[in-house]
Amino acid sequence: MKEDPRLRIGFIPLADAAALIVAVDKGFAADEGLDVELKREVSWSNVRDKLNIGLFDAAHLLAPVAIASSLGLGHVRVPILAPFNLGLNGNAITVSPELYAALTASAEGNLRDPMVSAKALARVVDERRKQGRDPLTFGMTFPFSTHNYQLRFWMAAGGVDPDEDVRLVVLPPPYMVESLANRHVDAFCVGAPWNSVAVDLGVGHILHFVSEILARAAEKVLAVRERWAQDNPDLLLRLVRAHGKAAAFVENPDNHREVAAILAAPNRVGCDAEVIMRTLTGRLKVSPDGTVRASDRYLLVGRANAARPEPVQAAWLYAQMVRWRQAKLSDTLLAQAQAVFRPDIYDKALAAAGPMPAGEPADGIGAFAGPAFDPKDISGHLKGWVIPR
Amino acid sequence: MDPLLKIVIVDESPVRSAIIEEGLREAGFTQVTRIEEMTNLLARIYAIDPDVIIIDLENPSRDVLEQMFQVSRIVKRPIAMFVDQSDSASIQASVDAGVSAYIVGGLVKDRVKNILDLCISRFNAFARLQTELEQAKTALEDRKVIDRAKGILMKAKNLTEEEAYALLRKTAMNEKKKIAEIAQSVITASEMFK
Repeated sequence: MKEDPRLRIGFIPLADAAALIVAVDKGFAADEGLDVELKREVSWSNVRDKLNIGLFDAAHLLAPVAIASSLGLGHVRVPILAPFNLGLNGNAITVSPELYAALTASAEGNLRDPMVSAKALARVVDERRKQGRDPLTFGMTFPFSTHNYQLRFWMAAGGVDPDEDVRLVVLPPPYMVESLANRHVDAFCVGAPWNSVAVDLGVGHILHFVSEILARAAEKVLAVRERWAQDNPDLLLRLVRAHGKAAAFVENPDNHREVAAILAAPNRVGCDAEVIMRTLTGRLKVSPDGTVRASDRYLLVGRANAARPEPVQAAWLYAQMVRWRQAKLSDTLLAQAQAVFRPDIYDKALAAAGPMPAGEPADGIGAFAGPAFDPKDISGHLKGWVIPR
Repeated sequence: MDPLLKIVIVDESPVRSAIIEEGLREAGFTQVTRIEEMTNLLARIYAIDPDVIIIDLENPSRDVLEQMFQVSRIVKRPIAMFVDQSDSASIQASVDAGVSAYIVGGLVKDRVKNILDLCISRFNAFARLQTELEQAKTALEDRKVIDRAKGILMKAKNLTEEEAYALLRKTAMNEKKKIAEIAQSVITASEMFK
């Protein structure tokens, strides 16, 4: 069967769709003979469903959704492959000025240390309970999202049970800032540009970049149906190659202005180019008073081998699904989850990635708390937590 | 069909949700609730405890509904009809119309298929209405522009109204453009000569 190079690819307007958007708008996809139509979507449910039923050939997708779909969690089972990581990290936890003040007052140490902030959160939660006040509410983007697991991992390390001590609610990213301003939530975890929007409006403080919680968390992947990959092996390689070139383009500091301008277009991410620049450079205004925090791993789009999908990342995400009772623990499911991430396709398309640069975590995850992650011993990993649920 | 099924319509467009509610009531469903405010959506839905949830695909709050698949405390679990792959024709119709439905609890799919079909036809009816409204608006705008251009031509070239219109029409035909577009050019040009 002849492979049809006209592709429809869905995306959500977020900065971590950069490699996909640049692949199309800078012509890297066309260079590979692909005719891509980008389809902007309003919800992850839409992206998932349209990918699953074949209306999209590929999609910018939450890494855990690719796994959940492949395991048949919550919905019909549709095996998905992830041959390319669109981004590692890139989210941030933003809190209301009131919660920020309360955390500052309760912190024993520097609040920038996630263990200090998590323990401070535990004290604030305790205090509110004694006062008979409503539990704090945290917004995140989707039940199967890195945001959900990052929030839970962080607060649980400080002794806060995310299912009992606080409320975790799904909020579409465009509603996050307004909900924080209207006090419907006290904090949220979301990707760029929404944290910066909250800070600029003076309604939030960025408490943590998620890279402070996990050094290498698979955030969004380029997702295709397994069936589509089998039917279109050549297109798949070309698509991954286009993404490889695009990611390299995005990561070159000389191109940041151009990339920000491309992403800022109304039919793409549709926000201020200056705000996108903060994400690309990893220099974010974290407080309405103008304080800037810089990180060299805020969002990794291809550098430090970020684009190569590592099965250990899928295993870590699966472990979180088990920990928070979204999935059962079994060797079969673990193997299925890991098989979603396909470094072999990545290597075939782009030539094998070089050795991991110095300073990257040995276990491939780099969590701020707990022992190194071992995908061969998930039950041991889960038993180690104070809050096992 | 069970007229006592509790149906919730989640839609930020009050006109469209009214059209759907009306359709459902005409079909004999008596327990229809509309939710147009997305704040605390989940709590509102739990309070109503519906059997069927209808939501438009352009609503970002579809992701909020996904949470209903998660919470183990809730006994009733919704099924998204949209992703049920057994009936591709109705999935296609749903996507084209831009609507999705969730069935809560152990309802048999066939029992709510007519609800979804009804919603699809109402969504399409609403889309047609909107298109017609847009067309009517454009027609009105066009007429205003053409009237202004006629006035400019009548004054500048000392023409009657009929002659001015004939000139616009002839130019439009020669240039293979719409009369309104030529009229707009006349207005723009005359602004520049001011």
